[in-house]
Amino acid sequence: MSADSTTHPEVGTVPMAGAQWRWPEVAFWLCAAGCILLFPNRYLILTEIAWLALFALSLDLILGYAGIVSLGHAAFFGVGGYCAGLLALHGIVKEPVLALLVAGGAAMLLGFVTSFLVIRGVDLTRLMVTLGIALLLRELANKFSNITGGSDGLQGIEMQPILGMFAFDIFGKTGFIYCLIVLFVMFLLARRIVNSPFGLSLRAIRNNPLRASAIGIPVNRRLIAVYTLAAFYAGVAGALSTQTTALASLDGFAFDRSADLLLVLIIGGTGYLYGGLIGAVAFKLMQEFFSTITPQFWQFWIGAVLVIIVLIGRERLHRWAMLVPRMISAKFARSAAP
Amino acid sequence: MTIALETTNLQKSFGGLRVTRDLSLKVAAGARHALIGPNGAGKTTVINLLTGVLKPNSGRIILEGTDITDLPVHKRVLRGLSRTFQINQLYPDLTPRETVGLAVSERLGHGGDWWRLMGSRRDVNDEIAENLARFHLLDVMNERTATLPYGKQRLLEIAVAIATKPRVLLLDEPAAGVPESERHDILAAVASLPRDVTVLLIEHDMDLVFSFADRISVLVNGAMLVEGAPDEVARDPQVKAVYLGEGADV
Repeated sequence: MSADSTTHPEVGTVPMAGAQWRWPEVAFWLCAAGCILLFPNRYLILTEIAWLALFALSLDLILGYAGIVSLGHAAFFGVGGYCAGLLALHGIVKEPVLALLVAGGAAMLLGFVTSFLVIRGVDLTRLMVTLGIALLLRELANKFSNITGGSDGLQGIEMQPILGMFAFDIFGKTGFIYCLIVLFVMFLLARRIVNSPFGLSLRAIRNNPLRASAIGIPVNRRLIAVYTLAAFYAGVAGALSTQTTALASLDGFAFDRSADLLLVLIIGGTGYLYGGLIGAVAFKLMQEFFSTITPQFWQFWIGAVLVIIVLIGRERLHRWAMLVPRMISAKFARSAAP
Repeated sequence: MTIALETTNLQKSFGGLRVTRDLSLKVAAGARHALIGPNGAGKTTVINLLTGVLKPNSGRIILEGTDITDLPVHKRVLRGLSRTFQINQLYPDLTPRETVGLAVSERLGHGGDWWRLMGSRRDVNDEIAENLARFHLLDVMNERTATLPYGKQRLLEIAVAIATKPRVLLLDEPAAGVPESERHDILAAVASLPRDVTVLLIEHDMDLVFSFADRISVLVNGAMLVEGAPDEVARDPQVKAVYLGEGADV
């Protein structure tokens, strides 16, 4: 089927080409899959990176595309986490993938309801509202300790095999592959969405909400939709964390988690989907590295790195990081040319 | 004579400041109507009331027989009331193709599609191409709007408003700030707007007003001072007093 404009085909072909897969993306995912074979004794941290990446992807959808700042994204992570924990603990939904969807759905519902508060204000109000909601939920989870286990968290969760076939093993291999597949599938979905008219309208809203409504974009409805979607993503990330660690705790709602998430996204960059993934890898590796050399002061070093990023500028860092890959691709392009 | 856009007894105050006073305005279908007035007369407030950015304290706004006073901004656009901005309100990071594409998608009801890729609908693509060609933007359609020359950005302002296929178009000082060399393109674009589109022009530039408008309303201190054909308005002693008092020539 050709959708090319009769007179000016590039009107259709340019955006369609923009949505094509490029080789660095393919390489990125091949590397991610390669980790399964390359680092058989590092599955635990790899798993953490995978769900943190999904969590950061969720924040990128609202921050990088729609321009909604949030300091309380952990609210959805926590709800997803507890929901997955409770479903498994009480044997309500035993199959993990189904439980994942239910937990994501619960977070999504919360996202939908709270989105009406979030769209009311602008940046500072949004920071406060999102922060408030996360704190509120944390206290509620603390208060209803008969359900949530209070400060001890949910314990004794036993996970059933995924799809009834793949049991979680003690090395975490199944867990990591499971997280990676979920991340990939949800990444594909996000990638499709941001290249759609809906995704473009989000970028328009971030660029200029006044103009967006002046060309007929229902700004509030779009923001509600993407906030609800992002809540689903965050809920699934939380559920993955619970399912792979067999633990859900109040930490899920903690302010640190929301704040760290912003760090992750700042390190990786917003608005191109890979920022959250690259940021998650960089953040976890730094955390690992710094906590080995200075167990007490690793946060100091992460802070220092953040300051350096701000000082040098991410654009420049990206240019440096892409120097070698660019040279290789330039070589290929030259040798392929007739 | 059918009325395309009408306000009845429109009032707007900010605190104790009455910026729109009992404004009743009738814009005939197909008209080239100009709304003029000295600085601070409340012209921009009128635009904001008409488009729904501001809510009036009282009074009604009627678009082609339908009361739109309580409709939000985007619904008025979908009903055929569109505007340009005096100061460019574009998307710095988006390209003209994307900017116009959004307006077209939204009007055709595809703006919320989240599974379809941008550029995959022929009807949308055709309209984008036609619109960009009309406003001489095809050659820059894949460049970031922020990097375009000011005159091109001004044209894009009008192009994106036209892409919503308005029945009534509000032009807020379309030539404001455009350098002399690029002015001709803007004026040509304004002059060649389709005749079936009703235009309400808010303008400072008297040459533009008198060359373009077939009817003029003069707004002073938020209230209608005079309304009539251009030659009547030009002869009106009250208007002369207002403009001569301000030092401008009519």
